[in-house]
Amino acid sequence: MNIARKIVLRFPPRLVDQPIIYRLVKDYDLQFNILKASITPNEEGILVVELSGKKKDYDEAIRFLAGAGVEVQALIKDVARLEDRCTHCGACVTMCPVGALVVNTQTRQVDFLESKCIACGLCIKPCPVRAMEVRL
Amino acid sequence: MTKTIAEINEKIAKGQAVVVTAEEVIDIAKKKGVARAAQEIDVVTTGTFGPMCSSGAYFNLGHAKPRMKIGGGTAYLNNVPAYTGFAAVDIFLGATAMPDDDPRNKIHPGDFPYGGGHVIEELVAGKDVRLVATSYGTDCYPRRKVETLINLKSINEAVLFNVRNAYQNYNIAVNLSDRTIYTYMGVLKPHLGNATYSTAGQLSPLFNDPLYKTIGIGTKIFLGGGTGYVAWQGTQHNPNVVRTDKGVPKRGAGTLAVIGDLKQMKPRWLVGTSFIGYGCTMTVGIGVPIPILSEEILMYTTVKDEEIFAPIVDYSDAYPQRRPDILGEIDYAQLKSGKIKVQGKDVPTASLSSYARAVEISNILKDWIKKGEFLLTQPVAPLPGPESGITFKPMPDRPFEKID
Repeated sequence: MNIARKIVLRFPPRLVDQPIIYRLVKDYDLQFNILKASITPNEEGILVVELSGKKKDYDEAIRFLAGAGVEVQALIKDVARLEDRCTHCGACVTMCPVGALVVNTQTRQVDFLESKCIACGLCIKPCPVRAMEVRL
Repeated sequence: MTKTIAEINEKIAKGQAVVVTAEEVIDIAKKKGVARAAQEIDVVTTGTFGPMCSSGAYFNLGHAKPRMKIGGGTAYLNNVPAYTGFAAVDIFLGATAMPDDDPRNKIHPGDFPYGGGHVIEELVAGKDVRLVATSYGTDCYPRRKVETLINLKSINEAVLFNVRNAYQNYNIAVNLSDRTIYTYMGVLKPHLGNATYSTAGQLSPLFNDPLYKTIGIGTKIFLGGGTGYVAWQGTQHNPNVVRTDKGVPKRGAGTLAVIGDLKQMKPRWLVGTSFIGYGCTMTVGIGVPIPILSEEILMYTTVKDEEIFAPIVDYSDAYPQRRPDILGEIDYAQLKSGKIKVQGKDVPTASLSSYARAVEISNILKDWIKKGEFLLTQPVAPLPGPESGITFKPMPDRPFEKID
């Protein structure tokens, strides 16, 4: 069975110069697609990748990563509001399927209830001033 | 009881003017009565902050060395084309202009991330923008290409000149079809999935002076965070529509053309705006002071959301096909409640105009006037009213013979 998963990998400084991803390809026959990467000298490296391949190989690869000291996390998307960009017009409120964007009847401002947000992204493009963004 | 603008300005100059917003005046008049409120209040301030597409700015760029005649050539600001059909270095940038290579709606719905409104916002924020201009060269203007950074400090004039703003009332947009549509009224979900509207209602300038008795050509206003003036009636100014007993239009009616020095405006009040699947534009902040010259004028400013009605229009068919059909009328109090009933169905509502920012504008203008920083002007000519006989003309197709 083939699977594809988006994950966040955190590399401690001692592993930053190791060819870890190469091993995933070579030893576990996985395909990878880098969604985001950042490496800070003497600090940690963060890599957001989509891995795909056989489930058995994937599971073994994850065990290898954990064993090598790489922290593995499932990717959770975040939608955030650029507060200095939002004009509180309210165009987003009928786009949100879960009521995470609501007009506050007292202040007439749009409240963004982050705990309700499911990061579906439906509010991103309809926002006329593009104040909503996906953060990975 | 009558007052003159000169008398009100004397009080403003002394810091003694009584100024309230168009929201506050509603309760004051209810408590004190119209007669006493009219006696006590000198100015009522209004505000609106919404996308206004017929906006733009003209610039005098200064002369390059050697000189170049951009007039009749091409000019781009951050890749957005400006109009060059003027003298050598005057250009006009419209809010809805977009880069030549923007894919538009080739992959529908298009994104429209950047256009003229965004360039104006960046300029007002003090940023450098890239000017790329080409021309054909003349004896007196030999240069053919220029590529340089400019900003609001480096150029001569930068003037916001919007030919249609502050629409007095507007449609409520819905979608009766079975697919999502992407319009200048936002994303409209199928089968009456939502309804959008775009005015500040009781705070909106022309709802508070519905018959244009004080707002006229030369009226000084809050414009884009600075000051400006009403230059003329706006395009499509259409005073002859159905109105309530108090004169409040129940359809899109009057409009304003406004002008002001862009150099003293602020990016908070001129915001580049994108409508997915439609295009780009600019959200503009406008506030108009209404001098309380008489009880009648005060009475107009007491208009409330529940007394202002707008037509519900289907943007999947009736609007694009220019059919006048409407699905009913709804007042702004209902619209702002978040839900309206259309054809028996509960439809959630969304505003494209920010009421919170409209309140903020009316309060800023109130502060300016209270502090004596902003004096009122006497209009030099009125805007055409219902008696003008103006009608709103469509454009019929008149084919002409094509010559090869």
